[in-house]
Amino acid sequence: MNTIEKAAGPSGAPGPDSQEFEEGGIRVQRAAMTFGPDQPLALDSGVNLSPFTIAYETYGTLNADKSNVVLICHALTGDQYAASSHPQTGKPGWWPHMVGPGRPIDTNRFFVVCQNVIGGCQGTTGPKDIDPATGRPYGLSFPVITIGDMVRAQAMLLDRLGIRDLFCVIGGSMGGMQVLQWAAAYPERVFSAIPIATAARHSAQNIAFHEVGRQAIMADPEWKQGAYLSHGTTPGKGLAVARMAAHITYLSEAALHRKFGRNLQDRDSITYGFDADFQIESYLRHQGSTFVDRFDANSYLYITRAMDYFDLADDYGGVLANAFRGTAARFCVVSFTSDWLFPTSDNRQIVHALNAVAAKVSFVEIKTDKGHDAFLLDEPEMFATLRGFIDSAARTRGIAG
Amino acid sequence: MSNGHGSTAGRIDLDLIAQMIAPESRVLDVGCGDGDLLALLRSQKNIDGRGVELSQEGVNASVARGLAVVQGDADADLSDYPDDAFDYVILSQTIQATRNPKAVLHQMKRIGRRVIVSFPNFGNWRVRLQLLFNGRMPETRSLGYSWYDTPNIHLCTVRDFASLCEDLGLGIEDALILTGEKAWRISDPGMLANLFAVDAVFLLSRRN
Repeated sequence: MNTIEKAAGPSGAPGPDSQEFEEGGIRVQRAAMTFGPDQPLALDSGVNLSPFTIAYETYGTLNADKSNVVLICHALTGDQYAASSHPQTGKPGWWPHMVGPGRPIDTNRFFVVCQNVIGGCQGTTGPKDIDPATGRPYGLSFPVITIGDMVRAQAMLLDRLGIRDLFCVIGGSMGGMQVLQWAAAYPERVFSAIPIATAARHSAQNIAFHEVGRQAIMADPEWKQGAYLSHGTTPGKGLAVARMAAHITYLSEAALHRKFGRNLQDRDSITYGFDADFQIESYLRHQGSTFVDRFDANSYLYITRAMDYFDLADDYGGVLANAFRGTAARFCVVSFTSDWLFPTSDNRQIVHALNAVAAKVSFVEIKTDKGHDAFLLDEPEMFATLRGFIDSAARTRGIAG
Repeated sequence: MSNGHGSTAGRIDLDLIAQMIAPESRVLDVGCGDGDLLALLRSQKNIDGRGVELSQEGVNASVARGLAVVQGDADADLSDYPDDAFDYVILSQTIQATRNPKAVLHQMKRIGRRVIVSFPNFGNWRVRLQLLFNGRMPETRSLGYSWYDTPNIHLCTVRDFASLCEDLGLGIEDALILTGEKAWRISDPGMLANLFAVDAVFLLSRRN
């Protein structure tokens, strides 16, 4: 897919190229903003990335005092299409239960912003885009990015949009990491923060799973040392395997058993071969193949790496609480009982650190057998908690409801 | 974790606790239920409150009122809080349902400058008579469970509690007993208080 056409003219050009439309009762603005040579993105690695583009969507209307902004941070394989149909796949947004008219993130009340992360592949600058220095796709010459870089880029876009204060920053998984980074790096801009099913640092087990995924991609001969776009190939097999392995970690044994058990796929008996005899095999293969259609393999390498490098306490003398010292934000941390990728214990460490600095923190552990993916699914208890938290915070902030 | 916030006795209990709290203080309510006490203290005393609550419903109800409440329980999660984090740590009608009341009280003493505990008194004369004459485990209004399904696994009397406070180096600053609808301030948690108290509320502080 081609990147969204970049805004013409020098950086600082006020108008992003954008389209506005209405979908599902939501006023959607779909846009991309380019930052020119005068506004490079200063990456943690020391590299200045320039130029770069951020693709994003907004839902709803910014109020007069700009106090109703909700920033949604997406997860590893997410994108900016939180509540509108994906232009490529035609599938509905990835957070339909959470975002929309009358939803906990009510698009009639809030001005919602969701940005594709730096290094992503849905219009924001990433490894599949053209490196202006060579005229060829970046591939592996794209600089390594971090969660901090993602958040810094998001802040630059908000600055450009004239938005200083965030009523709420919310996200699950890698999105939750960004929420924590926001609260730590820009405490004066964050009124409330909702990190869901996340961690203040990526665990060894999670790094291990990511490494399996990356090795699968790199073992695909079509990967061509990351230069597959120049070769006209696609490391689809490797990327699909990476997705299949990762997808297992998003579920739970109980959910897999409930959905698939040992059921056979379109057959009455095992075939004594390596076809997808079992429904779970067929399901995973489907997950792998559809993922390849919408995601860039190198982006997968870079974004998984960003998660691996995330250790918020490391930037604050090894003490996580120091990251939040003096914060006035109110937090609502959410975990799920069957999430073994970002287990409750990881989330509780965040709560612990926030308690240590007397932050206003609430925490719930939602009972569910749906595993890590529960944050994307219809979880009435989670919505009840978050609706209550968001509504009460909005009342305190004086946002008209 | 059960707590008596919803009951009539619980309401009186909350009012008594509220009277013990200085305005503008930092308060942790352990087993905060729907957040009734914290909401009361917020409106009456302008406190900066936090809660711990085991039930999902309780956490949700509290959070919806704008209260900062963490899902957890007294036995496991008080160790997460730093020393001297609060002016008051409250445990209302809950200590008898904890696995290790002594450890819980010890944690409360560590994280709060003052500790407030209310509990049903197992030394009340009605309880004593039930056991004496019926030979069966007592069931009263504030202890309305059968022995096999009660969450109240560590019941104590007023004197038992006072003795534990002594062991833990907790001084009694104030003590109230409830007899039905009435509350009495007592200077000595002795025989008489132990006989008539249905519930008791203690304000404790560290003894150095």
